[in-house]
Order: sequence, then structure tokens, then C-alpha cells
Amino acid sequence: MAKGKIRAKIRRSQLYTFACGKRCAGAGPHPIEGPGCSRVVHCNQPHMHRKKPLKYRSNYISTTKYNFLTFLPKSLYEQFHRVANLYFLAAAILSLTPLSPFSAVSMIAPLAFVVGLSMAKEGLEDWKRFMQDMNVNSRKIQFHKEEGVFDNKQWQQLEVGDVVKVEKDNFFPADLLLLSTSYEDGICYVETMNLDGETNLKVKRAMEVTLSLNEDEIFKNFTGMIKCEDPNPSLYTFVGNLEYCRQTYALEPGQILLRDSKLRNTSYVYGVVIFTGFDTKVMQNSTKSPSKRSRIEKKMDYIIYVLFSLLLVISLISSLAFAWKIRFQMPKWWYMRPDNTEDFYNPQQPLVSGLSHLVTALILYGYLIPISLYVSIEVVKVMQASFINQDLLMYDDDTGIPAQARTSNLNEELGQVDTILSDKTGTLTCNQMDFLKCSIAGTAYGVRASDVERAAAQQMASDLAQDETKSSTSSKSGKLDIELETVVTSKDENVHKPTIKFFSFEDGRMTEGNWRNEPNTDMIMLFCRILAVCHTAIPELNEETGTYTYEAESPDEGAFLVAAREFGFEFYKRTQSSVFVRERYLASGPTEREYKILNLLEFTSKRKRMTVIVRDEDGQIILMCKGADSIIFDRLAKKGKLYLEDTTKHLNNYGEAGLRTLALAYRKLEESEYSAWNNEFQKAKTSIGSDRDIMLEKVAEMMEKDLILVGATAVEDKLQKGVPHCIDKLAQAGVKLWVLTGDKMETAINIGFACSLLREGMKQICITTLESDSKEAIKENIFMQITNGSQMIKLDKDPYAAYALIIDGKTLAYALEEDMKFMFLGLAVDCASVICCRVSPKQKALVTRLVKEGTGRVTLGIGDGANDVGMIQEADIGVGISGVEGMQAVMASDFSVSQFRFLERLLVVHGHWCYKRISQMVCYFFYKNIAFGLTLFYFEAFTGFSGQSVYDDLYMILFNVVLTSMPVISLGVFEQDVSSDVCLEFPTLYQQGPRNLFFDWYRILGWMGNGLYSSIVIFFLNIVIFYDQAYRVEGQTTDMAILGTIMFTCIICAVNFQITLIMTHYTWIQHVLIWLSVIAWFLFLFFYGMLSPTYSKNVFLILTEALAPAPIYWTTTLLVTIACTLPYLAHISLQRCFQPMDHHIIQEMKYLKKDEKDQVMWKREKTKAREKTKVGFTARVDAYISSLGGKLNRKTRSLEKNQENPS
Amino acid sequence: MSETNSDRQRRGDRESAFYLFTQQRLPACKPVLTPPWVITIYFLVGFIFVPVGLFTLRASHSVVEIEERYDIECVPSQFRNDKVSYIQDDSVPKNCSLLFKVDKYMKAPIYIYYQLENYYQNHRRYVRSRSDQQLLHGRNFHGTSYCQPLESSNNRPIVPCGLIAWSLFNDTFTFIRGKALLKVNRTNIAWKSDRDHKFGKNVYPFNFQNGTWIGGGKLNPRIPLSNQEDLIVWMRISALPSFRKLYGRIEEDLDVGDYVVVQLMNDYNTYSFGGKKKLVLSTSNWLGGKNDFLGLAYVFVGSSSLTVAIVFMLLHLRSQR
Repeated sequence: MAKGKIRAKIRRSQLYTFACGKRCAGAGPHPIEGPGCSRVVHCNQPHMHRKKPLKYRSNYISTTKYNFLTFLPKSLYEQFHRVANLYFLAAAILSLTPLSPFSAVSMIAPLAFVVGLSMAKEGLEDWKRFMQDMNVNSRKIQFHKEEGVFDNKQWQQLEVGDVVKVEKDNFFPADLLLLSTSYEDGICYVETMNLDGETNLKVKRAMEVTLSLNEDEIFKNFTGMIKCEDPNPSLYTFVGNLEYCRQTYALEPGQILLRDSKLRNTSYVYGVVIFTGFDTKVMQNSTKSPSKRSRIEKKMDYIIYVLFSLLLVISLISSLAFAWKIRFQMPKWWYMRPDNTEDFYNPQQPLVSGLSHLVTALILYGYLIPISLYVSIEVVKVMQASFINQDLLMYDDDTGIPAQARTSNLNEELGQVDTILSDKTGTLTCNQMDFLKCSIAGTAYGVRASDVERAAAQQMASDLAQDETKSSTSSKSGKLDIELETVVTSKDENVHKPTIKFFSFEDGRMTEGNWRNEPNTDMIMLFCRILAVCHTAIPELNEETGTYTYEAESPDEGAFLVAAREFGFEFYKRTQSSVFVRERYLASGPTEREYKILNLLEFTSKRKRMTVIVRDEDGQIILMCKGADSIIFDRLAKKGKLYLEDTTKHLNNYGEAGLRTLALAYRKLEESEYSAWNNEFQKAKTSIGSDRDIMLEKVAEMMEKDLILVGATAVEDKLQKGVPHCIDKLAQAGVKLWVLTGDKMETAINIGFACSLLREGMKQICITTLESDSKEAIKENIFMQITNGSQMIKLDKDPYAAYALIIDGKTLAYALEEDMKFMFLGLAVDCASVICCRVSPKQKALVTRLVKEGTGRVTLGIGDGANDVGMIQEADIGVGISGVEGMQAVMASDFSVSQFRFLERLLVVHGHWCYKRISQMVCYFFYKNIAFGLTLFYFEAFTGFSGQSVYDDLYMILFNVVLTSMPVISLGVFEQDVSSDVCLEFPTLYQQGPRNLFFDWYRILGWMGNGLYSSIVIFFLNIVIFYDQAYRVEGQTTDMAILGTIMFTCIICAVNFQITLIMTHYTWIQHVLIWLSVIAWFLFLFFYGMLSPTYSKNVFLILTEALAPAPIYWTTTLLVTIACTLPYLAHISLQRCFQPMDHHIIQEMKYLKKDEKDQVMWKREKTKAREKTKVGFTARVDAYISSLGGKLNRKTRSLEKNQENPS
Repeated sequence: MSETNSDRQRRGDRESAFYLFTQQRLPACKPVLTPPWVITIYFLVGFIFVPVGLFTLRASHSVVEIEERYDIECVPSQFRNDKVSYIQDDSVPKNCSLLFKVDKYMKAPIYIYYQLENYYQNHRRYVRSRSDQQLLHGRNFHGTSYCQPLESSNNRPIVPCGLIAWSLFNDTFTFIRGKALLKVNRTNIAWKSDRDHKFGKNVYPFNFQNGTWIGGGKLNPRIPLSNQEDLIVWMRISALPSFRKLYGRIEEDLDVGDYVVVQLMNDYNTYSFGGKKKLVLSTSNWLGGKNDFLGLAYVFVGSSSLTVAIVFMLLHLRSQR
């Protein structure tokens, strides 16, 4: 328990009119029958549930993919799900037969390595999941043991029917029926962050009949029976009846406490377990964690298909030719004893020979489909992941948490992200509201700039500085003034650090009681009183510091109360009927005032306002109201519009500055007027029936009119560090950002403004639901709204017009239905920003799936809470925000970062690099294996297609393992087209990934063509050069071993030289690895040749005796290497010169040191390279600047004039 | 992203190699293929390759080579239609003579090659059919299953076993210039490593060519395998279906206008599969035998590289970026 906190004990239900006003009286029990409603729970009698048919699932949960028994078969199945692995398995099995041209080990060992490595990785990840489950399952909970005694047991041992006691700030272990709470009236507060991401607390309320069950002993004799619905994933519904004391009561969702939500502001609650384990609603909502594969990897499957077809074709050609040769030529080859052969070479059975040779050929040409590719990719990805993990620029100094690649499968996918689907709370925002500005009686207070303003000022300053260099220097000092004026607020930012949480207000006129000297003192007092009185929070005294903290439903309210306190109106006590405020700076000295709360009409998302009617100490009845400006402005009295114009202006400014605004108004009531209204109100309140809500609202409406505007507040929803900048950069990189939040629409829109997803001048398309009973009508209406929106965008002539789509969860449910979802998607894709509010976790996942499948682009889901898990798992890449409580999001994610802003570096730097590295590496890999594999095929044509390889077995094994693997890996791990700083400076470069410029079929086939060319050059040059002539001064001619070795030397040199042309970034590592690979070949040849001929066979002394002394060996190697690579060199240099890609230009500028020498050009290129964005800071600042432009120009001109004509 | 000083201190030595490595900031050379570079490279390649090619071509032209096909001419006219029966008929004398005219001065040593065409020494069945261990260790070595179907005959192992040895080439040539016999050196025609390390000094042919089917040449059972150089040369299987193998060396110069008469025994059967047989006399230099192609290829690559360089230069001059 929090130390030193004292809390007033009150019946809080009295405060609420709408949410808790309902009495269940009259509403009869639900008719519980039929399918879907078969569950029976015997409360406090868990033993009844130990045998069938009432035996339910235990509270043990497991999110693992495998268990000890299923691991092997299941993970093997997963592994051989990959096309390539299946092929290798087949090849390995065939290699066990005598038909194989190679030894079986050389086929099986690499396969075992690849599969084993992947399986080990899977196993490790699953083990982590298991440990996390264990952690959850062994949490302790108090349960009713017997005879009124409560004892601890583990969550997993909990049974249906158990009575449990949950204490403050603990999670509910299962879905519970709320019986009673520490509050007399059975209210408790629940935080459902993990379920729906909403941060405001929800009120749950126990039934009247069970209220008395609020002590341990009472449960001695408690029994009851619940009949209710079967487990289902719907979080917001519940149907059931409680039979208690021979009566049946209907149960409502408001009495159900869901697993994974948290008890708040309430000391303890008692509840009965209804659903356990996988039956709970949250678990029913969870989706299996899928195994994800990157697009490149999926495409590789298709490449494998292509290569496999090629393989089949050349194998078929080989075997047909072989069969033909066996049938018609073999009988003439006496030297092969055609009369005495095994089946394979029997001229009488060409069919058998042909078929068995097909197998041989498939294995022989298997080098076209390199198994080592998968080994190398695994190795490369692990190393890339370790670079991500070790990047200090993604390391959070405050929390000490680095970025983490939790799976290495998706590194390159990071470079292809098209759409980011982001959670809001905890991801974009800190969920901390700071009171920043206010407007009272038409005067704006608060000088501190918001994030948006600060950025705008900076941008303008830099733009001006840029202009300055071009224009004459005479106006320098003049411009500096303007600059200072706009930047001044950002300059002093560093001096003042906000010391008070929730309060960043800064204005000497208001603080320290100075407001007494302001002209409108009365209004200011009223303003502060509204802040201090109009709320539902309760104060908590911190005994240690003597200050009050506030437990408020929403963080806004907390910020208001803190602000009121700082202005001298400290709310310190709430009783059942009153609010007490200590007013410090009154003329009469500090006084404590009591405000009797007569009525409280609380905030709902529909009403968008909150009203209290209080009687102050003078007996005056005052109605105080705060709400959305549009709502308040509609309800102003004629004489209450005195400050309307100024306030509206201020509100617009605040909105532009990305702040959340509320307008405050009041109304003085006559006693008679009030009592007349109150009668009506009480009547409505006690009325029974479905129209009660409507009546209540109507009555409330009657009172909330003729208001007098006091002012407005502006609260900054504290964005996380660097979020606007990051969003801006991502927008410049061409990545779209969708915000999916469980929060209210207004909050979401405000955040949209704060992080520059929305701005003034952007056309908002809000799609909402009608209040209508018929589903058809609602759908019809939504359909209309979507069509209208699409039409509007289509007809818009302005190419720079930006649209924003805002949709709420209820509407989304309809929009996501089969017949409408693609229309909705079409509209959403046309909009620059999309904000979905009040969405459930399931909807988040559905939206993600819609985007993923509808657009076919790569999606990235980022979030921090358990409610984001579905989205994170559904998205192509899931990113979890680590370092906040609850690890569910991180556990489900593929990457975790501790701050949203690190996403920029993760995508723009690491994603970009990894994408390029992997795609270049894969292309090169196919190139080299085609170049190598096809020479085997050509050679077949010269051996009567007999399946003889020209190379030594060992060469072929070493080719992929040692001789060419290291440079490829260094390409995959270390290649950088441009440095990380440049990546960040030119976010447009990122677009190369989503456009898939480096792994499209054009490029892949190009590389394959290059491989084909190289293979032809290597083979035929060698064949012709060493056809039959002597190749040495001693007159020896080549034999098969020598020709094979020469050809292999050419291949090694050519492919390793080729990779040097691909690389653009050489550290000593690349140098060492490439040259070492070439040297390794000669060293190998030397040492292998030194072995006794028993082992080295034909290679014995081949380098020292046969090859090295022959000049023709070296000249041929040089010739072939150059001839192989010259066309590629010509291609890339022509491309670079005449069709340069973005990175080419940047590389060149960097290379020529343009960034240092020619600042202007560098900057110009940088601006040019910005993707035209409609969202983000830059776009917003541009808009801001253009709106200020006129004003500024005028000012500049006048300043210039002043300077030209000095007095 | 700005960093405070404390960060820097905490992170320790920012310049350490390990730090630079993990942060992917190792100093790197980033060559950029700017047009001047590319043009330079192509010119460089051209200027190296063309001279090398010309030099190689000259070397190739300095080699003198005389080649004569003899498989048809050596068949008596009455057997021309059925050459196989000629070669298989032991009663027909196989001797034959060829006349070589020397057009260019040939400096000793002059290498004598026999050339077979359409002969698949590189066939998988053929390649495998040998036992290196037996060649080295003799008939005490028993793991010779690869040698099937010539592993044994009459229940006794064959040394050397296998198809390759069994089909040993056995045409023989004697060379006469004018009246005098030209001395042909037939030693040291095989690789030294083969003689010393792969063919046993104490391994003698055994039970060789004793079966019902006689393949190629016979071996003198009293000479150890390491001295049977014809066999050693033959057992270095050729890479391609047409190949030359060294027969011997003439260690006298041949002058222009010399006539060399070759007396040969045309024993080897290539008629079944229509393979050509040729006899080649050739001098050699550092390049080996006559090899115009290498030089031509060098000249071709070099000159096309020069062309590319020039084209590139023109394009670059025309559209300066």
C-alpha cells in the first residue's frame, strides 16, 4: 500500500448521474436458456466443479507453441514447411542411394545444421514464453479457504466458484463477479489498460444484495448459484443471473471484473470466480502467436521455384540425353564394356538409366539451390540483430533498456514498412497531461511554448538563416529580431525545467497570487473555482510532503486540479455532498470554502461536457460547466458571449499548437429555477424503463444553457520524447502512420494535432454511427459517409490537399464487415492520416489485417500494452515498447524499443541497411551458385551426360562453406550504402525498401542472367583455351583434375571479384574476408595437394607441380575474372551516370565531400530529397510558416526600410 | 540526437575498435564509381590486355605444330567399309606409315602426341573404374570393387584393374628422318608425382588382359607400374572427349623441308565408335602448345574495354552531371 496516504471514505456512487445512477430494480432476470448460456457456477463451492459435468478449465494458462512432447514433431513440421528445406530433405534422402554423385554426409550435414539452428531458436523463444507463463501462473491470490478464513494460493490453482479477495493495484486472476468492495456502496475502480488500452479508470459496481458480504467471516455461510453465458471473447457484454437467497438477480457487464485488469483506488474487493484460464474474456481475445516470415524470404520461395524448374529442366535434358546416349552410343563404346554393366549403364534399359540418372542429375545440379544460402542468411540475420541490440543510439539512458531484436527473421522487413499502425497511450504519449496555457476573460495566459510551436520556431529560424546567406547582409540584424521573437520561448526552455508534475504553466501574471493585479480578478477567481470544483476526483494527502495528489478519472482532470492548486485554489477534501477548497490568495486572507454539490452531470463521450451545480457558502447556486468548445459555445447566453471572439481566437491558436482544449462556463441560478428543475431531474432519475437515459439527458440539457463563458484551458498531452520529430522523419521517409487508440475521439484528435498527424487546414473526414436501431440503416449511413469521403478526395483539384480520416470503434465494426471493408480501406489509403478511436484489441488486429491484406504492403504494429498484442502479432512486424509495466506487448513483439522515437533509427537506418544487405546478399548468392552450378551442367554435355563432375568433391563442398561464404556474410552484415547519419538526413532513401527496388524480379532475373553469363564465360573460355593443346613448356596436356582446378580457380576469383563491385563500403573486415577467401583457395589447394595421394587423389601436388609453374594458368584466371565482371561494371557505371538512384547521388556527394565544401548544395539536396508529405512536423511547419508568411514579410520589409533610412 | 557529457564518459572509450564495430562506424573506404574512375579502369584494362594478348599471340605463333589424322588412311582399302572387322581381325597386319613434311624449323624437344576424338575418358562409369590403392600397393589391396567389371578374371585379381587400364592405348610409332631412325625419348612423359607417389615401384602387372575380352594394350609384367609411363599417362583421364596425350619427345631439331616417316602399328580400336586418331608433333614454349585463342581473347577483351572507355568518355562529356 502506498505509504502515508489518507483517503476520505465516501459513497462515490452519489457523484455519478449517468453511469452509476442505474438501479437494477424492475429489470428482471435474464432469460437464461438455450445454447450459449449453459454455464453454472456454484459460488463459494469450488468442490462442486471438480467433476463432470461442471468441471471447467483450470486457471492455468499457457501461451507456448510447443510442449515437451510436441516440440519435435511440430517444429520439424514448421521447418519442413519451407519449400527449400523440403527440397533439401529430399536431396539428402536421395543422396543415401548409390545414385548420388556426392557423399551423403555432404548433403545431410548442412541440412541438419540449418534445421537444427532454426529449431533451437524456436525452442529458446518458446522457453522464454513458458517462463513468462509460469511467472503469471504462480502469482499469489487470497481465496476463501473455509470457515471465513482466507489464504493465499497460486493463480493456476484457482477454481471456478472460489471467492477471492483482490487488493489495490493487483490484477484480477480470473473473470470475477464483483460481490463487494471496500467502499460501502460497492463501487470499485478498474484500470483496463491491458484489455482496451483506455487509461481512464472504469467504475464497477456490485449488486445491492451482495453489498453486505464485505468481511472475511461473512463468507463462511455464503452460497449462491450463477447461471451465465458460455465463454466468449466479447469484452463489453455479459449475460447471466445470480440465484442468491432464493431470489434471482440479473447480472450486468458492470459487475464483472475481467482478468488482466487492475484494481485501482479501492483497497480491496471480494469476487466470485466465474471464468478461469482460457475461458476468460481476455484469453478468448488472444490470438495464437504466428510465425512470421519476411517478404524477401517469401519471395525467395518463388526464386527457389524458378530455380527448381531450371534444375528440373536441365536434369531432364541431361537424363534424356543420357538415356539416348546409353541406348544408341554406349553399345559402340567397347572401352566401357557395354556387355557387362549394372542396370544404370545397361544399353538394353535406357528407361531405367534415364530415370536413375534423373536422380543423379538432380543432386549434381543441386548447387543451383544453395542450402548454404539459408545458413548464411541465418548467420547474417543473427549478426544484424546483434547490431540492432547494441546500437547505443537506440539505448534509453533513462531506463537503461536497449532496443532488442527479439526475432532475427524480420530484420530486412524493417526496411520495407509502408504503414505503421500505432497505439497512442504509452506509445506516442506519456499519458501525462501538463497544464500549459489558459485564456481567461479574453486574455491569454501562459507563455511557455508547446512542442509544436517550438519546432515551428526552430524551423523558421533555420529557414531564415538560409535565406540570409542568399540575400544581402544589410538586413541581418533586422531579421535577427524576428528570429529572436519567435524563438525566444524555445531558448529559455533549457533554463526552466518543470518541477511540478502536470503543470508546465508559466506566466508571472497568474502564479504566486499575482492574478489579483489583473483586470478581471473576478473572472479569474471563477475560472479557478470551476477548475477546483467541477470534477470527480478525490484528493489524497501525502503525509510526508504535506501536499495533495489527486486520483482522477482522467489525467486532464488531475492537471486542472494541480493548476487550480498552483493558482491558490487547493481542493483538499471531498465529502459525500461537498467539495472543500482552500483559497489562499483572497483579499481576506486564506480561507477554506465549502461547495455543496447539488448535482453532478458527468462527462460522457456523447455529452462532451461535465456540469456541477453547487451551492457556495453564500447560498448562491452556481452551475459550472466545462466541455468541448463547440458544445459550450452552442449553449452560451447572449450576454455570455462577451469574450467569445477572443476566446475563439485563443482556442484556435491552442489547437494549432497541438493542445487539448476545454472551454469553461458558468451560470448563476435562482433558487426557484433550480428547485423546479431539480424536481424534474429527480423524476427522470427515478424513472424506470429504457427511456430513462434519454429523459435524463433531456433534463440535463434544459439546465445547461444560457451559460456565460469564462475562458478556456489548454493542456498538453505530453508526447513522449522525440515523437513529433520521429513522426515527421517517418512521414518524410514515406511511411504512413495510422493511430489506433482505445481513447475517445476528442483525445485522439488532440493527439493527432500534438504529433502533427493532423493540422489546421487539413480536411477531416469523420465517420461516425447514427443512433439508430436498425443495423441496415446504420450501414447505409456509413456507406454513404465513406462514398462521400471518397468522392470528395477524388474531386479535389488541389494536389496538396490533405485529408484525415477519423473513425470510431463502433463504426469501424461495421466498416470492417466483408462488404464494406475494401471501400473503407480505399478511403483510408487516400487519406494522409488515419485515426481510429475507441477500438478494441480485436479491432486493432482486424484493422491491421485489413491493411496488410488489402494493400499487400508491409505493416508495422507498435504498442506497449496487452491490448496491442493482437495488432503486434497480426502486423508483418510487431514492435513493443519496453520499459513500461506489463511485458505482454514486448513478449508478443518481434522487436522492442523503449521509446517510440527509436523507431526512426530502427527503420530508417537498420531497416534500410538490412533490407539492402539481405537483398543484395541473396541476389549475389543466387548469382554465384548459378555461375558455379551451370558449369557442371555444361561439362555434362562433354561427358556424355554421365553425371561426372569436373571438380573434386571437396572443392564443391568448400565452395559455399569456406571459399565464398565469408565475403557474402560480410556483405550481409557490414554493407552500408550510406552512413547512418546520411540515412537519417535523407529519409527518402528509405523508399527504396517499400518500393522494393533491390529485390524485384527485374533485379533478381538480372542477377541470374549475370550468373548465366559468368558460367558461360568461365566454362567456355577454359574449355577452348585448354582444349587439347599442351599448356606447359614441358608439353603436358591438361587432364580432368587440372582443368577442373583451373576452372574452379576462375570461379573463385570471378565471384569474389564480383562481390567487391557490389560492395560500396570497405572496412578492414571486408578487405580481409574477401582477399582471405581468394588466398584461402590457393592455400587449400597447396595444403590439400601436400597430403598423401591416398587422401588428395588427383589433387596431389596439383598446385605446386602442375599449375603454379604454368603462366597460362594465371593469365587465364585473370582473363576470365575480368571478362566475367566487365559487363557488370559497365552496367553499374552506366546506371550510376545516366539513371542514378538516390543513394548513388548521395554517395557521390559524400565522396566528393560536397557536404563540407558546398553547404548550400548539400542543404538544397536535402530539402529536395524530402518526400512531399502531408503529415508530420515539416508539413505542418510549412503550413504554419505560410500562414505567418504574410505577417512576417510585412515586418521584414518595414525593418528593412528602417535600416535603409536610418534616422 | 544530442548526448550529454556523462553519457560519453559512461560509454567509455568511444574510439575503441570494439565500440566502432558494434556501432557500425568503423572507418571505411567508400570508393564511388565516378565517371573518371570508370573510364580510368576501362582504359587500364584495355592498355594491359591488348599488349598481353598480342604478346601471347606471338608466343602462340612461334609454336610449330604438325598434325596428321591416320585412322582412315591406315585402313587397307578393302576394309574401308568395315573398319571394325579390320581392327578386330588379328590376322590382318596393322602396320602403316605416315609422312610428315616439316614446314618450319622445329626446335627440340619436339613433343609427340596421339590425339583421340569422340572418346569419353571422362564418362562417369569409366572414370570410377580404377583403384588408386591397388596401383600403389599392388594386388594385396582388395578393396577394388570400383573396378567392376574388370576387377578379376579367372578368379584372380587383375593388376591394374578397371576399365581405364584395360583400355590402354596401344598404337606405337617409330619416326624415321631420311634414312636414320629419329631418337624418341619415351621417359619422363608422365607427371613426376604420379611416377613417384601414385604408381607402386614394386607393383607389377598381373593377370592383365588375360580374359576372354582383350581391351587395349598389354603390359610387360616384368616392369613395375611406376615405370610404365604409357599407362601412367593414359590413366590421367582427360577432361574432354577429344584429347591429346603425350607419347614421347624427339630430342633433335627438325629443319625446314625435312620429311619424317612414321611407322605405326594401328592396333587401337576407335572404329567402333567412329573416333578419330591423330598424331601430332609440336614444339612448345612458356605458353605450352599452339594457343591462338588465349591471345585473341585477351585482345578482344582489351579492345572492347577500350571501346567502352571511349564510348563512356563521350557520353560523359556530352551529358555532364
